Amino acid sequence: MKQHATSTMITNNLSVRYGNHLAVDNVSLTIKSGQVTAIIGPSGCGKSTFIRSLNRMHDFIDDVKVEGAILLDGVDIYAPGVDAVSIRRRVGMVFQKPNPFPHMSILQNVLSGFSFTRKKAIKRKEEIAEKALKSAALFDEVKDRLHAPSGALSGGQQQRLCIARALAMEPEVLLLDEPCSALDPISTARIEDLINVLRTNYAIVIVTHNMQQAARVSQVTAYFLSGKLIEIDETKKLFTNPSDQRTEDYITGKFG
Amino acid sequence: MKAITDQDYLSETKGKSERALLDSAFIARDERRAQLIERAFGFLCLIATFLPLCILAFLIGDTVISGLQRINLAFILGFPSRFAASAGIFPALVGTFYLMTLTMTIALPLGVASAIYLEEYAKDSWFKRLIELNVTNLAGVPSIIFGLLGLELFVRILGLGQSLMAGALTLSLLILPVVITATREALKSVPNNLREAGLALGGSKVSVILRVVLPLSMSQITTGAILAIARAIGESAPLIVIGAATYLAFIPTDLLSEFSALPLQIFQWVERPQADFVDNASGAIVVLLLVLAIFNATAAWLRHRQEKNRGSL
Amino acid sequence: MSTNYSSRCRSERITAFTLETLLALSAAISIFVTVGVLYVLISKTWDFFQEIPFSSFFLDTKWTPLFETKRFGIWSLVTGSLLVTFVAMITAAPLGVLAAIYLSEFANRKIRRVLKPLLELLAGIPTVVYGYFALTIVTPALMHIIPQLNGFNALSPGIVMGFMLVPTISSLCEDAIYKTPRYLKEAAYSLGARKMSTIFLVVLPYARSTIIAALFLAFARAIGETMIVAIAAGLKPNLTLDVREPIQTMTAYIVQVSMGDTPQQSIEYLTIFAVGTMLFLLTFIFHSISKLILRSRFSVTPL
Repeated sequence: MKQHATSTMITNNLSVRYGNHLAVDNVSLTIKSGQVTAIIGPSGCGKSTFIRSLNRMHDFIDDVKVEGAILLDGVDIYAPGVDAVSIRRRVGMVFQKPNPFPHMSILQNVLSGFSFTRKKAIKRKEEIAEKALKSAALFDEVKDRLHAPSGALSGGQQQRLCIARALAMEPEVLLLDEPCSALDPISTARIEDLINVLRTNYAIVIVTHNMQQAARVSQVTAYFLSGKLIEIDETKKLFTNPSDQRTEDYITGKFG
Repeated sequence: MKAITDQDYLSETKGKSERALLDSAFIARDERRAQLIERAFGFLCLIATFLPLCILAFLIGDTVISGLQRINLAFILGFPSRFAASAGIFPALVGTFYLMTLTMTIALPLGVASAIYLEEYAKDSWFKRLIELNVTNLAGVPSIIFGLLGLELFVRILGLGQSLMAGALTLSLLILPVVITATREALKSVPNNLREAGLALGGSKVSVILRVVLPLSMSQITTGAILAIARAIGESAPLIVIGAATYLAFIPTDLLSEFSALPLQIFQWVERPQADFVDNASGAIVVLLLVLAIFNATAAWLRHRQEKNRGSL
Repeated sequence: MSTNYSSRCRSERITAFTLETLLALSAAISIFVTVGVLYVLISKTWDFFQEIPFSSFFLDTKWTPLFETKRFGIWSLVTGSLLVTFVAMITAAPLGVLAAIYLSEFANRKIRRVLKPLLELLAGIPTVVYGYFALTIVTPALMHIIPQLNGFNALSPGIVMGFMLVPTISSLCEDAIYKTPRYLKEAAYSLGARKMSTIFLVVLPYARSTIIAALFLAFARAIGETMIVAIAAGLKPNLTLDVREPIQTMTAYIVQVSMGDTPQQSIEYLTIFAVGTMLFLLTFIFHSISKLILRSRFSVTPL
């Protein structure tokens, strides 16, 4: 695994506006390496909008305004002159619906991040791919069919392929936007185990609508409601003894 | 004794089953008649569908029979002549070939580029809507009007004369809306989450288009292009207007030389009163239809393959 | 990884911007084409009307610009076009609509999959080939039935054109009929209606505006059609409603002049643009009506 200094992402008074609608309202929190930060909250609370601002995915949508700052190791990723593309190579993302590229083989998919850069010849392609696939706990299952099309894999395998694809770029932060919602419970369990292993080397943020998953997988949990950060605390504490009544209402199922 | 009316019968009998029986007896009569009418109507619709097809089959068959008799190597490689028996279609064939190659090199890049801009870049603005409006309007303009445009603009104002280049430019403008529309459909068929995946990996918009969107839509774009060229092959009206030759005794040598094309040759021969030339026309038609059949079959095969691969998307 | 943001930024940004501009310019070409068409038509028609008064163009009944005594009444050409179009529509409309009903209501999926592309074939035959059919096969055949039929007439190309237009009508209508919401048809079926009643009382009214739009579209295409009429309808302008007589359409006239040697700034040269403008206006109107109907249809959500 690449040895790098632990990375930290800090959001400072982050607000995101879609037209007139304030989707994320003045959120300040810290995401540390070596742990999993879960973001929970009812539908429409802004958690997806929040996580997508961490790798500047909102750049591709018109009529979106981002206010405040997001610091990656002290540098505001939204500062003018900052190249969003290099941000995205340091902050990887896995989406809700597995989206491997259907026209590429498994191997090509894992290495596809490199095909988007200007790097002409990647040294030791197979090595990088093997490392990424092993980190994603997929290698043993696909090692003898690396050139098969990615569409032949099951849903859970496809999602692990997407994780491998993101890991191949050796990011410092890994953003997971409801990575298990489209998967069956067994695949979900496998990916949760994977997240547990990965957290030692990455700063992981996971958005989930499944509270039990957040409790299983994360060390820090943040509760969002209507775009605001209501409470962020150690997972154990947040789920057993939340400080805010609204958090308690959500966790106990009275609301949301 | 008065006739027993249905009402009497009804009031006399008790029990739903008898009533049901009576109702169904009535329904049976109407039902049969209605079923008959419906079947006749269905048959009428069937005839309406098959009639044009059968007549077309007959027309094509008749033409192919007389055409095949005329076709031989001398016909394919021969030049037009005043004598029907020795006339050939070679310059027309070559002209069509050159014309299509040239048209393809102009219309395809232009059309694909426009479609990429409209689908991948353009935001919903007056500019985008104006372009889209123009594309749909141009698709409905009669081909002969494009001939008039080509005549004034390419032949006269740009001074290209009645040349291959002028013809190719005119036809390119004619099929441009077709290429744009087909390419846009192809681009739309690529799911958005694949674009997102590429962008999240750090790809720029251009690299995502080049490495994800285009490879996935290339097959459909090609099908659209083949069909657009097939359309252009059969066009004669715009070429007549710009002054393409219908009697050409030589092969076009460069972009500015005069040229002929297969449908033009057919037209010229059909216009001649002598029956022999009509036979020549049927021979040329067979060749033209064969070329078109190959194009359309290729496009159909490509489309069939795309649909099979859709499963993995 | 390096945090050297700005240098990567500038050069990549310039290439990206240049690329986007080039793509936008390509897209804008379609605007230029329209401008070009309008410019050519309007400027040459303007030149035409500098020499020929409006009254002559619109009120005279004879069109003889290529003769010694030149007369410029457009109506014989327009009626020629409309006459052939009328025959074409009478042929194509019933065939097209009934075929659409067959494909969407009666045919099973296998037949539909085979017949749809076959019908599209009708639209794919080059029009010069259709002209050949009309002149050499259909006209002689019709002459057996109608002895007074002229060698050049409006009936034969009209019928052939009608066949060519069947897929235009049938594919649009079939789409609309096929997409009739199930719940509407099920409402009828549950009340005891049979298929045919459902077709006439539910499906066709639902698809009515699309059918009308399809007819307008076919009409526009028929007016603009050139080769079939140039070959089989004749090259003599004739103000008549008799389909057995030879007529000349606007499009065939343009072909006739283009075939000959017309000096560039002569009045004969200008006539093809005047006629072309008339043709453009007529097709544009019908095409636009068709589009408007289609667009308004989709903005209305069926209840």
